[in-house]
Amino acid sequence: MALATFKGGIHPPDKKDIAKGSAIKEAKSPQRVVIPLSQHIGAPCKPIVSIGKEVKKGEVIGEPGGFVSAPVHSSVSGKVIAIAEFPNAMGRMVNSVVIENDGKEEWTSLKDNPDYIKLSADELKEKVKAAGIVGMGGAAFPTLVKLSPPKEKPIDTIIINGTECEPYLTADYRLMLEKSSDIVEGLKILMRILGVNKGFIGIENNKPDAIEAMKQAVNKSPLPTFTKGGQGGIIEVCGLEVKYPQGAEKMLISALTGRKVPPRGLPMDVRVVVQNVGTALAVYEAARYGKPLIERVVTVTGEGIKNPANLMVKIGTLISDIVDECGGFKNSAGKVVSGGPMMGFALSTLDVPVTKGTSGILVIPEEGVVHTEEYGPCIRCGRCIDICPMGLMPSMLSILSEKGHYEDAKEYNLFDCFECGSCAFVCPSKRPIVQLVRLAKSQTKP
Amino acid sequence: MADVKKEHELIVTVSPHVRDEETTSRIMWSVSISLLPAVVMGAYFFGPRAVFTVALAIISALLSEYLFQKALKKKIAVNDGSAFLTGLLLGMNLPASVPFYIPIIGSFIAVIIAKQLFGGLGYNVFNPALIGRAFLLISFPRLMTIWTKPDAAFVMLDATTTATPLGILKEEGLSKLIEVFGDKINLYAELFNGHRAGSIGETSALALLIGAGFLLYKRYITWHVPASFLGTVAVLAWIFGGKSPETGKMLLFAGDPLIHLLSGGLMLGAFFMATDYVTCPSARKGQIVFGIGCGFLTMLIRLKGGYPEGVMFAILLMNCFAPLIDRGFKSKVFGALEKTKAREIKK
Repeated sequence: MALATFKGGIHPPDKKDIAKGSAIKEAKSPQRVVIPLSQHIGAPCKPIVSIGKEVKKGEVIGEPGGFVSAPVHSSVSGKVIAIAEFPNAMGRMVNSVVIENDGKEEWTSLKDNPDYIKLSADELKEKVKAAGIVGMGGAAFPTLVKLSPPKEKPIDTIIINGTECEPYLTADYRLMLEKSSDIVEGLKILMRILGVNKGFIGIENNKPDAIEAMKQAVNKSPLPTFTKGGQGGIIEVCGLEVKYPQGAEKMLISALTGRKVPPRGLPMDVRVVVQNVGTALAVYEAARYGKPLIERVVTVTGEGIKNPANLMVKIGTLISDIVDECGGFKNSAGKVVSGGPMMGFALSTLDVPVTKGTSGILVIPEEGVVHTEEYGPCIRCGRCIDICPMGLMPSMLSILSEKGHYEDAKEYNLFDCFECGSCAFVCPSKRPIVQLVRLAKSQTKP
Repeated sequence: MADVKKEHELIVTVSPHVRDEETTSRIMWSVSISLLPAVVMGAYFFGPRAVFTVALAIISALLSEYLFQKALKKKIAVNDGSAFLTGLLLGMNLPASVPFYIPIIGSFIAVIIAKQLFGGLGYNVFNPALIGRAFLLISFPRLMTIWTKPDAAFVMLDATTTATPLGILKEEGLSKLIEVFGDKINLYAELFNGHRAGSIGETSALALLIGAGFLLYKRYITWHVPASFLGTVAVLAWIFGGKSPETGKMLLFAGDPLIHLLSGGLMLGAFFMATDYVTCPSARKGQIVFGIGCGFLTMLIRLKGGYPEGVMFAILLMNCFAPLIDRGFKSKVFGALEKTKAREIKK
């Protein structure tokens, strides 16, 4: 049987073997953490602590600056020693709170509430809001916003994104193996919040053991009805064709439900909400224990790192600390990427913190760096057009941007590009198509 | 904090950080290699003179590219293979008997006028090799239409000349063509293996199909242009290619598509020249339109025009339309104008 998938896409070498065997391990608690007040898409947080204040683990240090925002918590117990601008992984300066770790790991209050599923939808939503949960697949979109669709956009399906289609990364894979039941519980809470009876867990077929683990977790857990008068809820675990970008929201929705999100639309336009497996876990931990999002799994991988690992890392830990813990670089690192190789950001310094959206740290040795400073002209081979999952003509976008014809690029649906990088991957002339697209986007308005 | 000293050496680029192995020059060299069987057959049928002509075309193309880039202080990109391929294709499109200055002039026109003056690789509107050949055909019509008999291979200087199968078909009709080749089966066989008069690299359909198969298998080309091109030629040849033996008037639905498919430069043109990335549309739907246009114009010239063969002019004319076709057949954005299907929800 043909596996569910989408049209287009590419097959980069998946390289997941490097880190997939390492079970999730608690990372060393760092001496200090640098917690950016803006880790998400939307308004930055306002700091509510001052220098010198003692904070506990899980204490709120930044309050949301708007509806599209999420609070930020301390990931250690200790003393605030600075509130200032620090660089983040994207190279931007972000207002951040620096906390000296006292090593006591003292929590604010965590309460176990095994009856969480009986809480009302609003109470559960309140817990997601208080925990500062954002999308953990990389984009870091505040989860609360996704869970608050306008009335005219009813939701009938929730998809848990376990595709992890970025090469190298294995954080979600390990979570699905080790925390399968908690993820299913997280999905059930999301279904309850939105009053939805249909849940999907989509996983690429190169992770058969994760598919099996999630199937078993679903079978073990009885499903109540989440809608009034409806039939019982259903959760379906689906294997998907291994193809990048299978995990992009629009592609995943189309593969699983056959529905196509209209151009510039959102998943809610086709009655769907998509959440990453890490996010589902965070939702469960928030609902059950009231635990805020202060740590996440980060895959430390690549041919250039001594000891690849999947680490549970406190938000705010510097990437240099993590690299040290993993034995440092094998020889010299050519490139260090925050995130996966397809959409991640190359770092100019290792002194940037892990945030809620950091899924991986990829160390590419010098000899593995693809040099693309000298690229050739577009030979119009059409490869990028064949594989563009959005059905765009990246070749034209790159040519128009190169010539400064940014307005004309809009005719070729410039703003429908979500910068997955598939076009640049296949380009035989090694053109920096993503860069040219970003340039055009920055020079014109949708 | 290990490696703090090295930090300033970290390489920062925009994503993606992994790339496919395919490169422009690898594509160009692969296409050149795929033409090798046809060149070998050309050498076999037309002798050392054919090899000399092709080699001269290639060397002139490389030299033209190098000197132009040197003179204009551009980056020397001779080893990207595109000039080599242009020279090779031009050489293959010449009769073996042409004097030495013909391939030199042709390659100069192809590389300098048709490619570099338009902005270099990627910016040329017309297929460079075909512009080179068109210039030669119009400027040296006699030299460009002297066809040596394939059997006269090693009698270099005063080789017997003959007409091409398409020439015989146009001037003297199908029965004469069959008479020349003995019988119909032999005609097909000779056309297929390439034992006929014609340009050096165009005669052997067999050799060209081997190369084309390689390109299709490696996905360097797709079926869209060649299939629509050849299909259109076949259909039009069948409908309009027949003539009543008594009156000589056109007889509908009586043509022989196979003769048209295997003759002239069609195989070479459809698989190796119309598929040129730069000068054909990039989107697949547009490529089908492009192929149909090439097929239509080829048959229009073959049946109604003054030349026995029309592949070259057909492709060049369609090259003009390629940008327009690309505009008209923009690929459709994901989710646009599509009814959302509720595959599972209705269950």
